[in-house]
Amino acid sequence: MSETSQKEMTGEKMSVTSVSSANPTSAKAISESDIKALPSHDLIVVGGGPAGLAAAVAAFDAGITDVLILERDNELGGILNQCIHNGFGLHTFKEELTGPEYAERFEKLAEERDIPYQLNTMTLDIVPVDIAGTHAGCIVSAVSKTHGYQQFFAKAVILAMGCRERPRGALNIAGTRPAGVFSAGTAQRFVNLEGEMPGKKVFVLGSGDIGLIMARRMVLEGAEVLGVAEIMPFSGGLKRNIVQCLNDYDIPLFLSHTVVDIRGKERVEGITIAEVDDHMKPIPGTEKSFDVDTLLLSCGLLPENELSSKAGVQLSPATKGAVVDNTLQTSIPGVFACGNVLHVHDLVDYVSQEAKLAGECAAEYLEKGAGAAGASDTEGEARIVTVKPGNGVSYTVPSILHLNALAPTTIIRFRVRAVFKRAAIKVTLNGEELMSKKRPVMAPGEMEQVILAKEKIFSALENTNPQGSESVLEISIEQS
Amino acid sequence: MSEKSNFSTPSTTEYDVCIIGAGVVGSAIARELSRFKVRAVVLERAEDVCTGTSKANSGIVHAGFDAQPGTLMAKYNVAGAARMPAVCKELDVPYVNNGSLVLCFSEKDIPGLERLKDQGEKNGVKELEIIDAKKLRELEPHISPEAVAALWAKTAGIVDPFLLTVGFAENAADNGVEFRLNAQVTDVFLPSEKGLFQVSYVNPAAPEESEQRVLAKAVVNAAGVFSGTFHNTILQKVAAHNKNAAPTSENSTGGEGNAAPYEGAITVAPAFARDIEIVCRRGSYLLLDMNAEPKPTHTLFQLPTKLGKGILVTPTAHGNTLIGPTAVDIDNPEGIETSAAEIEDVKQKAGKSFPDIPLASVITSFAGLRAHELQHEFLIGMMFNGFFEAAGIESPGLTSAPAIGASLAEEIADYLELQPNPNFDGHRDGIVRFADKTPEEQRALIEKDPDYAQIICRCETITEAEIKQATHRSIPVTTLDGVKRRVRAGMGRCQAGFCMPRVMEILSQENNLDLEQVKKSGPKSAVLLYKTKEER
Repeated sequence: MSETSQKEMTGEKMSVTSVSSANPTSAKAISESDIKALPSHDLIVVGGGPAGLAAAVAAFDAGITDVLILERDNELGGILNQCIHNGFGLHTFKEELTGPEYAERFEKLAEERDIPYQLNTMTLDIVPVDIAGTHAGCIVSAVSKTHGYQQFFAKAVILAMGCRERPRGALNIAGTRPAGVFSAGTAQRFVNLEGEMPGKKVFVLGSGDIGLIMARRMVLEGAEVLGVAEIMPFSGGLKRNIVQCLNDYDIPLFLSHTVVDIRGKERVEGITIAEVDDHMKPIPGTEKSFDVDTLLLSCGLLPENELSSKAGVQLSPATKGAVVDNTLQTSIPGVFACGNVLHVHDLVDYVSQEAKLAGECAAEYLEKGAGAAGASDTEGEARIVTVKPGNGVSYTVPSILHLNALAPTTIIRFRVRAVFKRAAIKVTLNGEELMSKKRPVMAPGEMEQVILAKEKIFSALENTNPQGSESVLEISIEQS
Repeated sequence: MSEKSNFSTPSTTEYDVCIIGAGVVGSAIARELSRFKVRAVVLERAEDVCTGTSKANSGIVHAGFDAQPGTLMAKYNVAGAARMPAVCKELDVPYVNNGSLVLCFSEKDIPGLERLKDQGEKNGVKELEIIDAKKLRELEPHISPEAVAALWAKTAGIVDPFLLTVGFAENAADNGVEFRLNAQVTDVFLPSEKGLFQVSYVNPAAPEESEQRVLAKAVVNAAGVFSGTFHNTILQKVAAHNKNAAPTSENSTGGEGNAAPYEGAITVAPAFARDIEIVCRRGSYLLLDMNAEPKPTHTLFQLPTKLGKGILVTPTAHGNTLIGPTAVDIDNPEGIETSAAEIEDVKQKAGKSFPDIPLASVITSFAGLRAHELQHEFLIGMMFNGFFEAAGIESPGLTSAPAIGASLAEEIADYLELQPNPNFDGHRDGIVRFADKTPEEQRALIEKDPDYAQIICRCETITEAEIKQATHRSIPVTTLDGVKRRVRAGMGRCQAGFCMPRVMEILSQENNLDLEQVKKSGPKSAVLLYKTKEER
């Protein structure tokens, strides 16, 4: 790259990288020669965890061999590396693997294909660029000790940055601010990767899966776990984790309870929980106190979309991830999202499945160029169907179907808002029922999905809205 | 001298000046004093500077219209605010002149704004203007539709309160002032032999260690919420001394400048000749994600009414939105816990000024104590020969600190007849922040130091280089909170979830500590308790 082009480019980017700008960046006009001066890749995958690896492998298998994975940690595999418990891969491999074993399977697939990756590399930003008024791709900036400050041009980008844990501050728990309050994943890292114990007497707030797994883990490492409190009247984690991590170890679960106070000046000395009412407000007089030195928090995961939002990707307030269509393409052409950065999953198997789709669709986008799915918007003719969460459903992924890019089957994943027993999932298109599926139990902690055949969607459209553009597919829960 | 300390070890050191407390005031005094040739020591009970009132602070540089004309509060506020931009430039501390607005929610309260404006003008505050609702909305598009007018103070600003304190302290240390951390002063004795005060202290981190002491010609009480205790104790000692002292003697021992032992009665300056009561007034705050929109650009106060003083909504020097504080008087000088009621109170009242405030983006809540002196006035100056005070320093204490420091340093220098320090360098280079730089500058930083290419704190984009540098400056850093206050690692939306293990690793390497020895803050704040598989 020539000095001048580098200068111009970085000059352009200044407004983008300037601190605390939450404004989405519009595509930058930039000359073709400037872009050609940058090291270029067909596809850059941001994140080398389970989503990024599966996406890269799928894109490669679909014919895109010029792929680069940027991973911020010192190894591939993402958060799976610290998930040393088993239970992974039952769907994908029909066997029970630990997290690192599951990750290894995908690392091997990437290595067999010689897909290049960079470790300890933090992606700083992704800036969409236009050539002569047409979206051309993105300039991706990253830093690492090995390669210094790098800029790439990527024709397509897959976002696979994962998620983070909701911290104590966001929960507004009153009390002191001593050492000994950890998000469950941070504690998991200390115990499983560093061999360090963050506590001896432990209480857990939140019954998310990591919290449940960590309750058991702490017991196995010699700590005492006095209980798990969950503000909702039902657990946020998988049923099997309640059984295997709490029940099997006699750890009490306090449903409809939350932590109302943390004590201890320098290190946690105790916590107080209280029962909550229907509006999740603590009920006076129901307080119970526990002398513990540690409080683990497992109160939800948030997709990590700072990069996406800086790039101008439209985010969904419901998932906190990108708004995507059935090809998992975001609001920026050629930028796809999958895994926990898109929406938080409970099973890695579904992450791998979703990431495979993202990889394949990115490949198709790259091969067909303007003819591919998301580009349909610019053609102005392609029809779309809006996917709407109906009664009892908090969100769906995708939230848009591009009919010209509809695969033979489309998976729509969603979560229910509350626990439903003996209810049915009902899917309608412009009011016409596409399917109805009975489920004995559904809970917010377990992701649901429906699989829709392309012909069914088209025939329903033919019946209800043969020419129209405003079609709505709704997923709702019907109590029988 | 009537009392004797139970002191045995000989590790005494003699100083010209001993400052008690390394908050923003003590540190400012130390820094201004270092302009003179002086042997000075600062004794701080905590493991770091800036751990008391200075740490849980709004970071607001008040214009100075709030204080009663003629008070020390008014004088130091206005003088401190005037000094602040230059001080921040010299010390490389983030400062923004964003201006403040006192919001008025009812036509009939507008005279209240006018009174504030008059008061400000009497105090010497410039550029005060009462603006109408239309102008207000131009300045702050998201302001409450109920706000009908405001007092606009263009000289008001915001500053990073941690870095201001650290900046003063480091610059003082760079210019030769000694800082003893983990040095909790237990007693101050009036001068005896050699005409020196004796200040004894213990290490709260190592209770087994014996008491230490320093001897000094002058002592400065800058002990924040503990300043009242020191004030009243020394006052008692003076009274006891005067009771036993011979009737007034004009004798001077000579040879020690003015720092002579007290042979006659001690005269306490009238302003200080009373017991003071410092009430710990707790204030709780909520801090929002720096990406959370909308946010105000000015500091928004609410015009005090019969219903209370109101709370403020302000940007911080780093672009977060901060709301608070409450005002709850408590007995415990360590009682910095938040309560659900106070958090709720802050949320509700913030909405009165800025209804669109994105409360879902709160990333942390915290509380701090203001050293509220019951007469609501600063005690600043020489209490009696050799004993100086900066006591009862509550809001606008941070704003006043540069002026308090300069004024007390002058007074001490006069008293001790100190000569200017020809080697004084008031310029401090802060740690260069990767996140604030352009890509070109980032490239250059990485070329010079590859550690700038390793991002440790994702939320705030803080690099390994910055954290390492923080551990090798003139005030050493050993704790997670110390790192956070200096370089902001852990200050962001994940609240150290990701970076804590990595920062601990760096602290353990740079300070040669086991991971279990890396603390969050004080001696009992270990993060990790034992190794897995370890016999316990």
